[in-house]
Amino acid sequence: MFGKGIIKGFIETARNFAGSYHDPARMVTLQYPEEKRALPENSRNFPFLVFDGNDPIKGLRCVSCKICEKECPPQCIYIVNERDERGKPLKHPKIFDIDISVCMSCQICVEVCPFDSIKMDQAYELSATERFKKLILHKQDLAKSNDYYHRIHPTEADAVDAILEAERKQHEAKKSAASSETPPAKQ
Amino acid sequence: MQITFYIFGLLVIVGAAGAVSLRKPIHCALSLAVSLAAVAGHFLLLGAEFAGFAQILVYVGAVAILMVFVILLTRENTPGEGLGVGRWMIGAGVAAGVFGVIAACALASKAVWVASAQPEATARGIGEQLMGAYVLPMEALGLLLTVAGIGAVVVAMPDKKVL
Amino acid sequence: MINTGLAAIFLWAGLEQGLGKLLDHGLSLLPPAWRTWATIVVLVGVMLGVFASLFALSTLLERKGLGRMQNRLGPNRVGPYGLLQPVADGIKMLTKEDIVPRGADGVVHFLAPLVLFAPLTLSFAVLPYGRHWVPLNLDAGLLFFFAAGSASELAAFMAGWSSRNKYSMLGGMRAIAQMISFEMPLVVASLSVVMISGTMSLAAIVERQEAWLWIFPKWNVFTPWGLAGFGLFIVAAMAETNRSPFDLPEGESEIIGGFMTEYSGFKYAVFFMGEYFGMFAVSGLAVTLFLGGWNAPLSFLPASFLWFFAKLMALVLVFIWVRGTLPRVRVDQLMNLAWKYLFPMTLLNLFVAALWHYTAVWRAPGGLALRWVLCFAAIAVPCAVLARAMMRSHKWAPRVYRFGD
Repeated sequence: MFGKGIIKGFIETARNFAGSYHDPARMVTLQYPEEKRALPENSRNFPFLVFDGNDPIKGLRCVSCKICEKECPPQCIYIVNERDERGKPLKHPKIFDIDISVCMSCQICVEVCPFDSIKMDQAYELSATERFKKLILHKQDLAKSNDYYHRIHPTEADAVDAILEAERKQHEAKKSAASSETPPAKQ
Repeated sequence: MQITFYIFGLLVIVGAAGAVSLRKPIHCALSLAVSLAAVAGHFLLLGAEFAGFAQILVYVGAVAILMVFVILLTRENTPGEGLGVGRWMIGAGVAAGVFGVIAACALASKAVWVASAQPEATARGIGEQLMGAYVLPMEALGLLLTVAGIGAVVVAMPDKKVL
Repeated sequence: MINTGLAAIFLWAGLEQGLGKLLDHGLSLLPPAWRTWATIVVLVGVMLGVFASLFALSTLLERKGLGRMQNRLGPNRVGPYGLLQPVADGIKMLTKEDIVPRGADGVVHFLAPLVLFAPLTLSFAVLPYGRHWVPLNLDAGLLFFFAAGSASELAAFMAGWSSRNKYSMLGGMRAIAQMISFEMPLVVASLSVVMISGTMSLAAIVERQEAWLWIFPKWNVFTPWGLAGFGLFIVAAMAETNRSPFDLPEGESEIIGGFMTEYSGFKYAVFFMGEYFGMFAVSGLAVTLFLGGWNAPLSFLPASFLWFFAKLMALVLVFIWVRGTLPRVRVDQLMNLAWKYLFPMTLLNLFVAALWHYTAVWRAPGGLALRWVLCFAAIAVPCAVLARAMMRSHKWAPRVYRFGD
């Protein structure tokens, strides 16, 4: 029929117009600062440090082994070990900085960490007003709780907790086995 | 005399003077358009509504555009030299002579101030005259326009092998 | 809800008469020498104010309407539902730097927006907004409207030429070619209305459409020649005002801005406003000629200027709908449409209007239906045949280039 294409076009735009009021498939706008898109579970942005419990200093899982610093390809992690008064290294980082203007989100630091203490975060609203000072995240910015980890990556966090629990049980069993064995008599 | 008569008259004269003396051809065409629009204003002052509106429709809306197109498409727009002083004097002299002759004739004739018995200058009046007393010239004009239109189409038609 | 709607309509009609009396009373307070000038000033001020606010409203409607048609929200941040967006746009336009290219022709560049805007505003003066609300009741009102519209065509060329820019020049020439070509179907389509109504005065044309068939109106659009004429008029009107799908001269995605490329700030705002005012003017004329002007859609409702503006905004919404739906027409398709299709159809419409008029004496019971069928076939069949012939006339052949022969 003559003019059929035009009529079909008009019907389609009218349907779009009417549908945009009640049909979410026909209104795809997300009004950003008020509404945020739900991120998929495995999405990642920059790393963060996990602490167990409520105390970000005592519960921090990181023991400052510096493996992630060595393995990081663009070398964006800077760690300084904490030493006590006599110079003995404590298993705690004094300085743990990540330069997020350099970090490329490759997740290698997460893969090599033996203590499951550094994991990938999903936060993306990290704009700063100054490139060199404000885009370096320090230990207090990076330390986030295990509950937060459960919120953003539930399956992964459950798996990590299971592994840590198993390790802890193994450690306990070995300790109690070692303590319940009578030490061999020294002749 | 109303002030509007003088304003329109001034526009006509200034526009016409600009049309012959400005440097760039496009400016000349545009000032001619101004002059024609002011002539339409004169028609409206005389009460000839149809003539005034038709003047704007045809002259300003079509003839001026045609002139502008012609200037644009046929010559490069380098500004020509302006008129020299000698040429202005000769031109002013000729214009003054013609004006003097026409003014003398107009003032010497007897003016007939008849306000009645004039045909209505409305569209209906013009239409009745056109279809009644002057139908033959109107048909001849229509034939002329048709021939002109066909001629334009023939001149602008591309060669057969392009299609 | 219908009862409150009806009550509101009757109240508004009463207000309208009250407004007229208030104006007369206010004017009679002034000394007689001032009265003409005061009337003129008040009328011009009110008209400009009304149309400027309609302009603001329709820019917002366009952006939100187009947005919804394209599955997105329009602007909704400035004010509730984005109602103050036109204010923000106005402030932006006024405070932008006015850039004039160095090689541009200063005087012509400055005058072009004014030459576009002033005649279009003039053409608002002859539209009948209400029963006795015509600012300028000319006997040849329709002719005045078309004269004013054609005087604004030179502006597109002035803008394109004075900018010293090949894209602007192209846009300007296309704009003039388009405006001249579509003026013919526009004028001849409205000529059929003049033929049937017997007058060129717009107020008289509206009064002649004040007839009722039981409770339904007998506007010109409800006749076969009126329906076809309305369609042809609207298509030609869209092309006259450079409105999508005929917005090639200002093709935003093709030649940057067409003849408006080198204009910024307030001059661009005047061009923009001129385009919208042109849209209002031709919509107002379409409402007057075909849709019954200020007449109400049902016979028991009072006539008022509200119906005029409601129909005007409905037509503007149709313009926006078409803009959101159809793709842009190419320039040779545009010329073909004007000369080979619309213009013959409008001439045929004249014949059909005459046929309708002379068969009005068929008063037998099936007479109306038979007249409708006859006249509709007389215009629909050639329409389809012509369209099919034009679609088939493309001979696809290898392209041959002519270089300056």
